Amino acid sequence: MNRNAKILWAIWALLALLGGIGLIERLFLGHRLAAYTSYVPWGMWVAAYIFFIGLSAGAFLLSSLVYVFGVHKLERIAKLALFVAATTLVMSLLTIWFDLGHMERNYEVFTRPHFHSMMAWMVWLYSAYFALLLGELYYALRRDMKSLSAEAIREDDRKLKRLATIGIPLAIAFHGGVGALFGTVSARPFWNSPIYPIMFLVGALLSGGALMTFIVASFWPDKDEAWLDLLQFLGKIVLGFLLFDLLLEWAEFSIPLWYGVGPEASLVKYVLFGPFWYVYWVVHILLGVAVPIYLLAAKRDAKSINLASALVAVTFFAIRLNLVIPGLVTPELKGLENAYVDPIGNHLSYHYVPSFFEWQILMGVVALGIAIFYLGRRHLPLVPNSTSHEVSK
Amino acid sequence: MEQSLQPSAPDSRRAFIEKVSSAVFAGLALNGVKLGAEEKTNTMPASGLPPMPASPFQLSEHVDQDVLIRMQAELERTMKKPFKERRWGMVIDTRKCTGCSSCTVGCVMENKLPPGVVYRPVINEERGTYPDVARTFTPRPCMHCEDPGCTPVCPVEATYKRADGIVVIDYDVCIGCRYCLTACPYQARTFDFGEHWTDNAAKGADGALALTEARAYQNPPNFEYGKHWERSEGLIPGSPVGNARKCTFCTHRLDQGMLPMCVSTCVGRATFFGDLNDPKSLVSELAGQANAKVLKPEAGTQPQVFYLS
Ligand code: SF4
Ligand code: SF4
Repeated sequence: MNRNAKILWAIWALLALLGGIGLIERLFLGHRLAAYTSYVPWGMWVAAYIFFIGLSAGAFLLSSLVYVFGVHKLERIAKLALFVAATTLVMSLLTIWFDLGHMERNYEVFTRPHFHSMMAWMVWLYSAYFALLLGELYYALRRDMKSLSAEAIREDDRKLKRLATIGIPLAIAFHGGVGALFGTVSARPFWNSPIYPIMFLVGALLSGGALMTFIVASFWPDKDEAWLDLLQFLGKIVLGFLLFDLLLEWAEFSIPLWYGVGPEASLVKYVLFGPFWYVYWVVHILLGVAVPIYLLAAKRDAKSINLASALVAVTFFAIRLNLVIPGLVTPELKGLENAYVDPIGNHLSYHYVPSFFEWQILMGVVALGIAIFYLGRRHLPLVPNSTSHEVSK
Repeated sequence: MEQSLQPSAPDSRRAFIEKVSSAVFAGLALNGVKLGAEEKTNTMPASGLPPMPASPFQLSEHVDQDVLIRMQAELERTMKKPFKERRWGMVIDTRKCTGCSSCTVGCVMENKLPPGVVYRPVINEERGTYPDVARTFTPRPCMHCEDPGCTPVCPVEATYKRADGIVVIDYDVCIGCRYCLTACPYQARTFDFGEHWTDNAAKGADGALALTEARAYQNPPNFEYGKHWERSEGLIPGSPVGNARKCTFCTHRLDQGMLPMCVSTCVGRATFFGDLNDPKSLVSELAGQANAKVLKPEAGTQPQVFYLS
């Protein structure tokens, strides 16, 4: 192991350790250490959940370009994209599972279905999606794991195409559904917007595409001409979605802000100029939009694409935080913030900053995701011509 | 009609004055004419004004009755009706509310609410700038909306509106996703984080002893929805820890023929409770007044808690 690898391992071990402690705290102390409150009932975990699940939907749709539409340029990353989709899906489900007050009752969403609830739909759809992903992975990978006849491979290809074709509307429905989960809440003017399901889909394609680009740029075995070509193609996709997402964001913010009157305007102002202005301007606009656009449009070399896609994928989390939290930070009734307080845990507050405990759970989930990816990358034939020793570099 | 059984109010008042005047001011003439004479003749009074026409309005038969006695009687009447024909509602007279928070405290005691959980906070607003200020108090229970925002979002149908109008949460089912907390326009729901009032208490030398004493006090169950709830934390939290919670209109008390706790403890007699399906009930009377309003009508959930102001 070289020095860099050692540092990376040390970071991973730290994440896993802190995450493990967080997990124990979560199991035995419940939600007491969390900083979200009864008035800001959803916090960073919910933001992380929609972030991870967006990565999954995006990576999956990318793989479908190959299996359904036969985009040959991307063929070599299709299996990897499927695997990344499965990994990020596990991460997202884990995060939202920890967010439940009664984790042991999650099965009730199936045994006591409530067809009116957008959340129930979302759960059913991503469960179906999970099953479908596993099926696709099986048919995509087994040809490389044991010898199959040409006929059997063709049969697998047909099954793959069928599954991937079902998968496209499914991924659109479930991730659009995640957007609708927020968009349908009429009590929250910041969320209550018909653009949300569409924004979520574009966001998924952007963040998932960026993550795949970053992974291809960083962990590809043979960094040859074809690889650079592939990378530049991916870079263009990311740039396109980045610009489109920006357009939607303009629509979302400029409409309520134009006259500056009304409840939504003040919430948009909170995002842009409130106490967490830097999350929007520095993390999102500077690091997540301006720098990547420059790198992707003007530079276009492998290193730039690598950095740009990493920036887009990671800073997209800021967009998610800026969606969940601002919808909740203003009292629905003026004066409620002072009407009654919680002297013990401060869980009746409109002020939310994630606690270290919440970060710990997130670290644990990220560590787990990295571990799954590492093991899969090492033991499964996810990329062409890879051998395990090349992988460990 | 029962109206005829009661003397009309102006009549009785006049009779009262007459009695007093004849006893105390016997022999004295008011403006030269004795009251009794005016009553009998009912001609042009000495003031020169035309006689008052007989009023079509009458004060309620309950005029001398304490509202609590009246509501208690009405509650017993309503509980005899079939479940589906009841429609519980509340009226809060903000002009009478003194902002004392007795309802909040009564509710906390009745339902053994832990810190961070509150069903009926009193919003205290100051208007104007010092020294020209006024205060308004707005107690905020759950509105038991006719068309609630909170119930359709629940993924497991743990929360729903009962036929008698009360919006309830099944603590044995709720998975604690808190979606309903985001969907209530009044933020009437809070999450039970599993805290205890003693958590930060008694850290000194006698801490351990004080804690056992205090815990003994805080551990007995509460009786929401007529069941026993023993809160506990841990791997599988004992409900209602980990659940959404909110005002129940004290269903467990109603079942025993008692008014909700906040109504009983309201110092200003400012909170009224009863059956909105009963046109003769106090709440129906008050909710029908021109000055009865709901909070945030634009939310469209049709609250069943009305405010007089
Ligand atoms: S006030 Fe809120 S919690 Fe109560 S019924 Fe209405 S929407 Fe539901
Ligand atoms: S917190 Fe409980 S009652 Fe509320 S929506 Fe979730 S499961 Fe339903």
